[in-house]
Amino acid sequence: MITKRIIPCLDIRNGRVVKGVNFEGIQDVSDPVEMAKFYNAEGADELVFYDITASVEERGLFTDILTKVASEIFIPLTVGGGINTLEDFDRVLKCGADKVSVNSGAIRNPDIIETAAKKYGDQCVVLSMDIKRVDGKFKLFSKGGRENTGIDALEWAVNGVNNGAGELVVNSIDTDGVKQGFDLELLDEIAARVNVPIIASGGAGKMEDFSELFKHEGMDAGLAASIFHFKEIKIRDLKMYLRDKGVEVRL
Amino acid sequence: MIAVIDYGVGNLFSLTASLKHLGAETIVTNKKEDIIAADKIILPGVGAFEDAIAKLQATGLVDTIMDETAKGKPLLGICLGMQLLFEESHEYGVHKGLGLIKGTIASISEDMEDAKISGLKVPHMGWNPLRFAEDEPLFKYIKQGDSVYYVHSFYGRDCKESTIATSEYGITITGAVRNGSVYGTQFHPEKSGGVGLNILKAFMEV
Repeated sequence: MITKRIIPCLDIRNGRVVKGVNFEGIQDVSDPVEMAKFYNAEGADELVFYDITASVEERGLFTDILTKVASEIFIPLTVGGGINTLEDFDRVLKCGADKVSVNSGAIRNPDIIETAAKKYGDQCVVLSMDIKRVDGKFKLFSKGGRENTGIDALEWAVNGVNNGAGELVVNSIDTDGVKQGFDLELLDEIAARVNVPIIASGGAGKMEDFSELFKHEGMDAGLAASIFHFKEIKIRDLKMYLRDKGVEVRL
Repeated sequence: MIAVIDYGVGNLFSLTASLKHLGAETIVTNKKEDIIAADKIILPGVGAFEDAIAKLQATGLVDTIMDETAKGKPLLGICLGMQLLFEESHEYGVHKGLGLIKGTIASISEDMEDAKISGLKVPHMGWNPLRFAEDEPLFKYIKQGDSVYYVHSFYGRDCKESTIATSEYGITITGAVRNGSVYGTQFHPEKSGGVGLNILKAFMEV
């Protein structure tokens, strides 16, 4: 059976990993290639690289890094950040990305999901969403979670999948950084409406949060950044823990 | 020298990078003479069967591939490249394949429906443990139950005599096939981490 995936997310700015600290055995903790190798050795099932640069020059630096990582690490790589057009898809796929994650780009231009899915296949298009409760309703936020679009997040997810998104990253702004567990209420609402893999993001603080997540039907992967970067949780320990709890993982 | 056949289908970055990582001399080519000169052939592929087989035929390389494999030159089809080796595919109509592997490419979701299996997502995407026949040269460097990375909605069926590895996903998914020196993997060895590299390394040595 398909195993549940554990995915570290690396934010890259100016060619460096943001928040990359405190790793034993790595000389340069901010070097994305070293970090990627480390996570690969730890048993990460996939890596997400998020380009948080603003300028065009830095974008070239990002694709150089991506090329280096994809030349040394042979597990699935997902790339997000600054994906607005088919050219952006093309740019990162050529450098070794397997999947491309769109977020604000799809809010500005919803057609990008369908056109990219037609060109590269559904499995290549990941729809990433930042979601927050507003007056008891789940709303879609843009600009890294700063701006309420007013769009119903559950409808947005369904439409995205109908248009060809092959996977969803569901990031809960309400639970992000709180470290009290994933937003299971939101995730259940999404899982009840779509039939593509769901990557849960935001809220993981301890190993139990992952075992709780995978008790819920339709959850395929757990994504986190700082708890892995700060080694609060080691991926290999987490996977051993999950296996003991009866969750199928790749070890 | 490994000839990776370039027929305009899919992204070859990871495949060529992983072969290079293993120290294999690799040429990405659509030229007949390169395929004849190579020791081994890899047929990659991502996308839809009908479009891929048409593109492969358009290169004019099919006769060369058939001649070289008939002479015993090892070939590895990966993902859709494996499916093209089969006799026919039922992906959106019926399409003829190369016929190097006896069997049919069928829809995972239809066969799950027939088997009354529900609740599993299609495409079959992610890491799945592999069970393989002992003594198969392709798997000499890996362990039973090692996981490999799959992304596909159609799969090889009725290919019992060629099946050398499987994974379970409600139904039994054909993971790898072999007929003589013609090999195919449904999973992506170039995306299956160290296990995948070990499978590619083994292919380099067959």
